Amino acid sequence: MMRILFPAILAALAVYPFVGTSYVPLLTIVFAKALPVLGIILLLQAGQVSFGHALFFAVGAYTMGFVLRDVGAVDLVLLLPLATLAAGVAGLAVGVFVVRYRYIFFAMLNLAFSMVLYSLLEKFFHITGGTDGLRVARPTVLGLAMDRAEFELVLYGVSLALLAAALAAVHRLLDSPIGHTLKAIKTNETRVEYLGVSPRRTLLAFYVISAMLAGLGGALVAVFQGLATPDYAYWTRSGEMVFVAILGGAGNVLGALVGSFAFEFIRSFAAAYVGDYWQMTLGVVLLVIILFQPDGLIGLVQRLGRRPGRGRAGAAGERGRSERNAMERV
Amino acid sequence: MNTQLLLLVLFDGIAYGALVFLVAVGLTLVFGVMRILNVAHGSFYALGAYAAVSLAAWLATRGMPGWLALPVYLVTAVVIGVVVGGLMERFLLRRIYDNEQALQLLVTFAIFMILENLQRVIWGVQPYFYSGPLQALGNVSVGGVTYTAYQTLFLPAIALCVLLGLRFFLRHTLAGSVIVAVTEDREAAMAVGINARRAFLVTFVIGATLAALGGALASPTTSVLPGIGPDMIVLSFAVAATAGLGQIEGAALAALLIGLGRSFAVFYAPEFEVVMPYLIMVLVLLVRPEGLFGRTAARKI
Repeated sequence: MMRILFPAILAALAVYPFVGTSYVPLLTIVFAKALPVLGIILLLQAGQVSFGHALFFAVGAYTMGFVLRDVGAVDLVLLLPLATLAAGVAGLAVGVFVVRYRYIFFAMLNLAFSMVLYSLLEKFFHITGGTDGLRVARPTVLGLAMDRAEFELVLYGVSLALLAAALAAVHRLLDSPIGHTLKAIKTNETRVEYLGVSPRRTLLAFYVISAMLAGLGGALVAVFQGLATPDYAYWTRSGEMVFVAILGGAGNVLGALVGSFAFEFIRSFAAAYVGDYWQMTLGVVLLVIILFQPDGLIGLVQRLGRRPGRGRAGAAGERGRSERNAMERV
Repeated sequence: MNTQLLLLVLFDGIAYGALVFLVAVGLTLVFGVMRILNVAHGSFYALGAYAAVSLAAWLATRGMPGWLALPVYLVTAVVIGVVVGGLMERFLLRRIYDNEQALQLLVTFAIFMILENLQRVIWGVQPYFYSGPLQALGNVSVGGVTYTAYQTLFLPAIALCVLLGLRFFLRHTLAGSVIVAVTEDREAAMAVGINARRAFLVTFVIGATLAALGGALASPTTSVLPGIGPDMIVLSFAVAATAGLGQIEGAALAALLIGLGRSFAVFYAPEFEVVMPYLIMVLVLLVRPEGLFGRTAARKI
């Protein structure tokens, strides 16, 4: 099911800018923000929730800003790996410390580190621009200077391609022996140790990867919006990432895309139609989804796909099922 | 180091620590009993502050003397705890006790978003301030330093009362014993006829009331404006983690440490004000990974 659906969705998204343009900016943000969510999903396989991945998101974003301000004209092709690398280094530094802890302590320490970065970004305004943020100039792409519309279109393609690559890579990674080690850590860490594998080192490796994903996402958002603010590192941003991961479904890498898509679209429609009440509407909608669809939106899609008799049997199958349900209720 | 400045730092740190304790101990209690990390806990603090400041200011225009605001604060906090906290436990949290921890976290995060927005819609974004109780209680002078009695005496006294009250409640009353029993072993407690649901409801209402009380008591000393909820929740997370989860005495010590650390930073290195609590938390956890008063869990194979 996923094997057909996944390429089909990607193909449709790749073709989209040639048919319509109105959702290009929103979709670019969806793709960029799905990257940190993917990082969260990775760590969730080991049962660990990071409440501080906004830290790496901000590192990616500010790396873009700093390089473009202080070094000058650097190409996007060079900038994105640079920002990802910077987030990876930050991930290693924080990771060495936090992988010693589990569950709530893991979550809280991550949160603490991101809040430290947040306040540093805010207080050292002569370097970072303080609460006003740091302007991120529009870089060249393969040596070409572009106007805004062209650049947005390029960024759409770049974000989509990077996300697709990341989704495929993480999917493969989770299916590999080391990926299964991650799941084993969630089930029973002591047994993993007895097998001669270091849970800490495994977790650290994945922590760095997830930090790099978050950094790449931050870099894309910053260059798209032309701005990096301390807000990027604030804890509610991290909370949002975790939220989107569970919303989409943490059991599958595609949950990152589906969750991010749902979140950004609900957010933008709520903002357009209910104005001041958008956050409340978003909260209520998400609450309903969590309470009635605990394995996330992707779980819903999978369940629909797995239903027997769907399609060919048509209405008869539908009726049969509702009768069965009625029996179960009795 | 200047002694007078040091005294000022001490007073300020203790007063702030007392407020943080009120909020953090509620969070710790809820986590200890229900194993739920309530992200919306900071919203109770903010709601308490907003409700208290607007109600007290309105009553003051009707001629209420400043000190009378204090009982008003208490009543406001209890109302918020019972109504908002009670409804939240009864209709939302109750549905997810058996779910994964990550999912429970998310439900409270969604509630946080809703309450945060609600508060913006009701009170707007302008800051509120009413200092009636602060003036009514007057000042005290120690070693040439003058500071408000509200902050030097009243707030720490309230925090101490709450600490002793909670200890007494949990160890020497029937309702407290029921809550402790549910915390230790929910199934066994239910098997001997304890109503675990009611224990959870009572715990959650107490936690929410304490947070709202923290907000109400903080309102005379600071402007009430958007963002105080999210700020306070991360601070009480830090206190709860530093303390060791579910540890009431630990929360008191950690809140005091963090309060003092923060006020040292405010007076000597203002850039590091926000960083200080986390620095203390990281230092403590480096030495004691399970927190100040936490117990190491036995490892099961």
